[in-house]
Amino acid sequence: MSGKVGIVIVSHSPEVARGTADMVRQMVGDEIPLSFCGGNPEGGLGTSVEKIMAAIDAAWSDRGVAVLVDLGGAETNSEMAIEMLPAERQGKVVICNAPIVEGAVMAATESWGGASLQEVQRTAEELSPA
Amino acid sequence: MTLDIRLLTQALAARVIAGADELTALDSAIGDADHGLNMKRGFEAVLGDLDSIAAKPLPDALKAVGTALVMKVGGASGPLYGTLFLTLGKELGSSPGVADCGRALATAVQAMKARGKSDLGQKTMLDVLGPVAELLMTGETDADAVRKKAKSLAEATIPMKATRGRASFLGERSIGHMDPGARSSELMIDAVCDVLEGRT
Repeated sequence: MSGKVGIVIVSHSPEVARGTADMVRQMVGDEIPLSFCGGNPEGGLGTSVEKIMAAIDAAWSDRGVAVLVDLGGAETNSEMAIEMLPAERQGKVVICNAPIVEGAVMAATESWGGASLQEVQRTAEELSPA
Repeated sequence: MTLDIRLLTQALAARVIAGADELTALDSAIGDADHGLNMKRGFEAVLGDLDSIAAKPLPDALKAVGTALVMKVGGASGPLYGTLFLTLGKELGSSPGVADCGRALATAVQAMKARGKSDLGQKTMLDVLGPVAELLMTGETDADAVRKKAKSLAEATIPMKATRGRASFLGERSIGHMDPGARSSELMIDAVCDVLEGRT
């Protein structure tokens, strides 16, 4: 498992996060580190730095972790979560500027194929207009 | 100036919590209708740590407030206001003067701009905090002048078109509504002014 880049899905909605992870699993099974989180600290729509940090930890790989986010607050909270990680981990986590569902599936497929973190990120970001 | 940290923290939290319904109503007009609830959750967490916060010197107390907001708010305003308090905690000594507060706030506004990839004029909390920092840097000691400035700055977001945050999805339709983040910033400044004037 640790030979593949980890994928983290962060949505405002726990159902979107779970459903996206289901779609990823359909492509790559259990062969890459994958975790997801959604919802504010009370479980309503929103995101939580604590949950994102835990999700990054759960999908940790020495080859790095790619994070897929939906709307603004998910990105801002993910950036904050990355900055609160131990220093040696911070440089190994990237947020992909990509649509969450398509980006997660593409990133996971790249990771499954053995791609590096940079390749995973680049492939996911090809989905976004430059 | 000497600040009673317990009083200041309580005043900030009480003001934001009392304003929660209004903030959520503003956010329902041009956003996702959670700003008041989110800020209330954050400041309730702050109140939960009140004894520990009040026992700290000012810089550490500010950092503790910032960390609680980052962890508990659950929207973009968590990292943004968290960055505000964390930066103030880094920049301020234990008994700062008004101009020191202005400089620290200006530094915090820069950090918030980086965090939110935003700038003044985009109909956000920065449109209140940035100019208030400038006013404090001039050494303005009249709390009521600061309060009035913050109020007029929040009102000045009404005709603005949002170009950052959830309200920017509305484009022109964001015009005509006060920005909820600008209002929550105004409320916090108002609470600090109350404490400085000995009203609470």
